[in-house]
Amino acid sequence: MKNRSATKNRIGRKLKRYWPLYVMLLPGAVYLIINNYLPMFGLMIAFKKVNYEVGIFRSDWVGLSNFKFIFATNDAFVMFRNTFLYNLAFIILGNSFALIVAIALDTVRKRFLKNTAQVIILLPYLLSMVIVTYVVFAFLSPGNGFVNNSLLAPLGMDPVEWYNDPRPWPVILTIVYLWMNFGYTSILYYSTLIGIDKSLYEAAVMDGAGVLKQITYVTLPCMKNTMIIMIILAVGRICYTDFGLFYQVPMHSGMLYSTTQTIDTFVYRALLEQNSIGRSAAAGFLQSVLGFILVMAANALVSRFDKESALI
Amino acid sequence: MIIKSKAFYTTAYVFVIFLILICVIPFWLLIAGSVTSEAELLVHGYALIPKEVSFSAFEFLWQMKDGILQAYLMSIVISVTGVSASLVLTTLFAYPLSRKDLPGRNAISLFLFITMLFNGGLVPTYFVYTRLFHIKDTLAGMIVPSLLMNAFLVIMMRTYITSSIPDEILEAARVDGAGEFRCLLAIVLPLSKPILGTVALMTFIAYWNNWTNGIYYIQQKTELHGIQNYLKRIMDSATMLQQQLASSINMDTRSIPTIGMRMALAVIAVIPVLAVYPFFQKSFVQGITIGSVKG
Repeated sequence: MKNRSATKNRIGRKLKRYWPLYVMLLPGAVYLIINNYLPMFGLMIAFKKVNYEVGIFRSDWVGLSNFKFIFATNDAFVMFRNTFLYNLAFIILGNSFALIVAIALDTVRKRFLKNTAQVIILLPYLLSMVIVTYVVFAFLSPGNGFVNNSLLAPLGMDPVEWYNDPRPWPVILTIVYLWMNFGYTSILYYSTLIGIDKSLYEAAVMDGAGVLKQITYVTLPCMKNTMIIMIILAVGRICYTDFGLFYQVPMHSGMLYSTTQTIDTFVYRALLEQNSIGRSAAAGFLQSVLGFILVMAANALVSRFDKESALI
Repeated sequence: MIIKSKAFYTTAYVFVIFLILICVIPFWLLIAGSVTSEAELLVHGYALIPKEVSFSAFEFLWQMKDGILQAYLMSIVISVTGVSASLVLTTLFAYPLSRKDLPGRNAISLFLFITMLFNGGLVPTYFVYTRLFHIKDTLAGMIVPSLLMNAFLVIMMRTYITSSIPDEILEAARVDGAGEFRCLLAIVLPLSKPILGTVALMTFIAYWNNWTNGIYYIQQKTELHGIQNYLKRIMDSATMLQQQLASSINMDTRSIPTIGMRMALAVIAVIPVLAVYPFFQKSFVQGITIGSVKG
């Protein structure tokens, strides 16, 4: 009896001391519940046939039929293939290019050039996908584009109907992605690079190391952890793509689906353009669940390399 | 690195200049395209050096300034509201999490972390917002979904508070009788100015550039759209430019310089970003490097 009232007393004292902190947490917690937790439960839509008359909650369960629906056509194969392959290309090319840029930035000694470059390479990252679409259009517009008129025509080549031909898009989208994102990744790597102890380089030079030897024996080993973490975390997000890059930049041209459709664009189109909730929900469900498994696996891997950098 | 090889140094030098060029040239192409005469554009397309300079594209844009200004105004309203609300939510969540003595702190952190690991995706989110909260075609549809609070920014701020504000200061304030809200307002906020600036900047960019909320949640009331959605609508429909103009002036729509006007519109949308960016570049880089290290 005495013990219980003592515990009660302690909790009471704690509450009295900490209640303002819990009040502060409240608005954010409500937002996370609405924005993140309710949709998690909403994933069950993938197993239902939504009927607005009775509401989503009371709609009939239909088992796996929504999933059978997307796997019955080529849709599932195309969107999963595109999502994985694009991400793979972005991870490999994006990280190696950013590393080269970071080394180049470190090499250049002219202060002015170094600083200007650091400011300017981040510019593309600041643009919205809509503006990027305008930029890409200025290059690829079939009638007035820079590529057809100023590059292909002088070489005597025929103009290309860029927005109707799916073949060049894997290259185009990879270039656009790299253009937008290399600055961000490079600056990140550069900030690790300038942290490398200078005496390591001095020691290497004493041993007769040239530039390439310094890169392979000092720079790369020092960068290894940062790079591995960046890559693993990116692999954890391999089910997700930038919706704008794959939807808006190709101007949602139907002719390009075979090389521009990813899970995100499929989910959007099925939901809001074709009003096919079942297919959309099924694809979204696979993305969420697969994405979760991959993120957890990636995190487990990261924490083996470096406990500090893992999310949990 | 210690570089004795002249060839390597020159290569790096040339490469960095090349990087600057590939970042600048596309912007240059937009600007050049916007000041080239329509006749020239019809023959030679968008070129880096305009053979015949003309500002008629901008003159025509002036005719439809109402629509553009309205979209700009909406972008400002959305971004300012969003950033303010977001700063309040983020700070209020980050400060208690920074307190090591808070009972249940680990559970609350986990509650936050889970949102970074797992999410319901577009379909359930869309239904929660449209069916449960009915924000379709309201201003809240532009502001609330997905952008209001970012777990990464909360963690960034928590880490900053933990590492740069000594517990002793807060303890001393409490001994003097200050409550938690008082501590937050009088001590934590003034000492967190740098991180508040970075959070505000990152959130502002996210709001200013956002157009996905506009297509998910605003379909009828397009006057709620900001500048990005306005530009998107014009890009999507070749005839919208002409319709917009035909409604405001009486003239033959075929003589409207639509090719140049597209670029002029993009230029008008990009200028504010380019104008403001140099002043915030430091904060922005800080956001990139701190955000990545997580903490």
